[in-house]
Amino acid sequence: MIVNEQVAIDHGLKKDEYAKICELLKRTPNITELGIFSAMWNEHCSYKSSRLHLKKLPTKGKKVIQGPGENAGVIDIEDNDAIVFKIESHNHPSFIEPYQGAATGVGGIMRDVFTMGARPIANLNSIHFGSPQHKKTKNLLRGVVHGIGGYGNCMGVPTIAGQTSFDSSYNGNILVNAMTLGLVKKDKIFYSKAAGLNKPVIYVGSKTGRDGIHGASMASASFDEKIEEKKPTVQVGDPFTEKLLLEACLELMAGDSIIAIQDMGAAGLTSSSIEMASKGNLGIEINLNKVPCREAKMTPYEIMLSESQERMLIVLENGKEDHAKKIFDKWNLDFAVIGKTTKSKKIELYFDEEKVADIPVNTLVENSPMYDRKWKKAKLPKKNRIKKEDIKHLKIIDVLKKILANPNVCSKEWIWQQYDHTVMGDTIQKPGGDAGVVRVHGTDKAVAASVDSSAVYCWAHPLTGGKQVVCESFRNLISVGAKPIAITNCLNFGSPENEENMGEFVECVQGIGEASEYLKFPVVSGNVSFYNQTKEQGIKPTPAIGGVGLIKHYKNMITMDFKEVDNLVLVIGKTEGHIDQSLFARNILDEKNGPPPEVNLFNEKNNGETLLKLIDNKLIKSSHDVSLGGIITAVAKMCIKGNKGINIKKPKYLINEIEYLFAEDQGRYIIEINNKDFKKVADILNKNAVHFDELGKINENELYINDKTKVTIDELSTSNKSWLTNYMSK
Amino acid sequence: MKSSVITFPGSNCDRDMDVALKKFGFKNKMVWHADAELPKSDLVVLPGGFSYGDYLRCGSMASKSKIMQSVINFANSGGMVMGICNGFQILVETGLVPGVLLRNKYLEFICKNVFVKINDKKNKYFKNVNSEVLEFHIAHNEGNYFCTNDQLKEIEDNNQIAINYCDENGKIEDQFNPNGSIKNIAGIFNKEKNVLGMMPHPERMIDKSLSGEDGSLFFINLINNLK
Repeated sequence: MIVNEQVAIDHGLKKDEYAKICELLKRTPNITELGIFSAMWNEHCSYKSSRLHLKKLPTKGKKVIQGPGENAGVIDIEDNDAIVFKIESHNHPSFIEPYQGAATGVGGIMRDVFTMGARPIANLNSIHFGSPQHKKTKNLLRGVVHGIGGYGNCMGVPTIAGQTSFDSSYNGNILVNAMTLGLVKKDKIFYSKAAGLNKPVIYVGSKTGRDGIHGASMASASFDEKIEEKKPTVQVGDPFTEKLLLEACLELMAGDSIIAIQDMGAAGLTSSSIEMASKGNLGIEINLNKVPCREAKMTPYEIMLSESQERMLIVLENGKEDHAKKIFDKWNLDFAVIGKTTKSKKIELYFDEEKVADIPVNTLVENSPMYDRKWKKAKLPKKNRIKKEDIKHLKIIDVLKKILANPNVCSKEWIWQQYDHTVMGDTIQKPGGDAGVVRVHGTDKAVAASVDSSAVYCWAHPLTGGKQVVCESFRNLISVGAKPIAITNCLNFGSPENEENMGEFVECVQGIGEASEYLKFPVVSGNVSFYNQTKEQGIKPTPAIGGVGLIKHYKNMITMDFKEVDNLVLVIGKTEGHIDQSLFARNILDEKNGPPPEVNLFNEKNNGETLLKLIDNKLIKSSHDVSLGGIITAVAKMCIKGNKGINIKKPKYLINEIEYLFAEDQGRYIIEINNKDFKKVADILNKNAVHFDELGKINENELYINDKTKVTIDELSTSNKSWLTNYMSK
Repeated sequence: MKSSVITFPGSNCDRDMDVALKKFGFKNKMVWHADAELPKSDLVVLPGGFSYGDYLRCGSMASKSKIMQSVINFANSGGMVMGICNGFQILVETGLVPGVLLRNKYLEFICKNVFVKINDKKNKYFKNVNSEVLEFHIAHNEGNYFCTNDQLKEIEDNNQIAINYCDENGKIEDQFNPNGSIKNIAGIFNKEKNVLGMMPHPERMIDKSLSGEDGSLFFINLINNLK
């Protein structure tokens, strides 16, 4: 095939990008080379629109062993233990083929983690669907949940937490973000930097097929009516092979044979070989005839661009080939020496004894395009004033029941019961709480993880929204008694070529950066997913934040279920009555405008750290952060979980009852304490200048508000638990 | 007491079982599926997981592994063999216990705590368990036990049902059946009751901080019965 500008454009490259390729090579690329450039230079692999802004994120900290730039981030959890973690998107493939898209998303992120030598110990996910009424939603949800379960369950890694939301902006582009945590010894971490000359380059895992060719390019474009034609670009997952690959890699990693290792993810053999060469400042020579292929007559172009799953590329020490081969043979996996490292600093590919590609590595990596896209700053919307006549007819209990049954608040048990969340025998906090918690196997330590996003807040004001998501993650970890350590982010946005979408990205990233800097909660890994849109309609900006924290002794973990009758319930943090963009405003008043709740980073940090002090002093029986639906929703969930009631008394504030109970002000937690500890708790809170309200006392099984209205917890529980099950069984 | 846990390609509860057995005093060895000989054992466990990816029919390929001939011989000579979840599926494929395991009635993987009622205590697995009802944990996609009417009659005549799904008070009713299995069967024995296959995972219930502690009851009792 003759390469020209049109062929390059068909590969998703821009005219000037093609010109730059010809200039860098000082000639016209052949088709294989063009394929390689298009795979490396697309948005998904090159971060060309986002790099400039991502640089501003804080990525360092005392506990950070490895920040962004590797397969995943690594943090120190003491005693020579480290946690490797990352979140990644698989949005586009999941919309085209939900089961395989979601399954391979989970498979891909687990590979990123065990590539670094870590055994995966927990999976999480953040999934977002269109309106429940939209005709595709139900099938997409079912397919995605089956896919996540199908892969994670087979791997034997527990899925311990997640987040699911519904919003019409995802009607034409759902989001599937998968996160994995792995455990590794600090001195046994593996990296992707090749080193040394004439070292054997090894291919292991599944055979290469024609699936997923140009998957990364597909993920860098918007959807249109021809979306069905893109099915062949979706990869097909084989969790069984990945389980074998995991065990085989960990077995090989126990020795000292590996110099560098990299999984073949987006852009397959192309990006894995180039990344290893680039990081090691070396060249790599590959004989493509040696690559194990699933189908006959695959061309160099297809072999280089296939995104077949469950494959790894390894640079071995000389002389270790037989030892390594034995391990992969034992696990029935393909093993082939396909090339070697060279000093050429070029990627040189041979096929049928002919050189089919010859590209300097730096042209693909350092010289890849970087854009300073135009973006529009968002204005802070004006506050709405709630009119008395709009709310006076509302009955609080009815509103509460409605909110508990709202698709974005209701119990997601239907989903997480389909995920094995207890395999590995260390899950001490299951899905449905503020964060999932797993013990560090064989120790007293435990790791907490949660994943959060607040698209509505980000849409209303990206800067505030970006900050808020980080704070929410911080709060969720603190609620279970964990000290927050670091985050990973998955930045899901519309087209970077649209100034408003790009503005949302820039300002969300700025917000994330400010909050994570202030809270000393650095970003250690992440992923950007642009072009989440169908035709001109972009999704609401949805940065998802995966937070990880440490609990020094697992017995000090806190859960959110109310524990004991007569215990006192307090609200930590001040309630100002911010209703705009709350679930109450959007769904009960049908008011979609206004600013999101303000984020006060000082209060977030101070309130959170003070609560951790209370937990360390063993003064907290249960705790839960206040988020969607305000104080009353948080309290109702604690009642439902613990099967206990509460007598709520609104403090004598200037704001009215509705504002107090449904506002979504930030930086707040609900805590349960023993009566006799009240003075101690109040002293610590006062000493740290943390505002708190006494909310009420726990009772057997009813929720009272100011002694006037009441409802049984059974009734609330039914509202909360039935929506999703009913929806899926219709 | 010596135990052996077999690891098949795709087993993923083998480590959990190893941890549990050791916790309660077994000297446990991990045995690779391609080995020919079983080490000397008082108990052999086929663990949960997705042996061979469950790609053909759950358990069918593993039942033909090299080690399985030794396991079958061991069982036929009266040795204690326990199959949990995928291990149960492997046991039915070998024919050591009767019946088959179909896909769950609602076609979904299910992971949750359940109650089971002990049907028979005249065996080394449940003898002396100080409770009629245990809270166990299930995590499976194919746990819907099925057999022919003739087989069922034989199973019942020989009292081969080990445990049935029930509520916390031991009531065995349809509404407490998580997967549609016939007669709420959660686990069955061979005729001689030295082979037990069951869907629930006692190894996930060995610590107050996990899903519960009834698994501890089960293992403590089991090792005492074997002494």
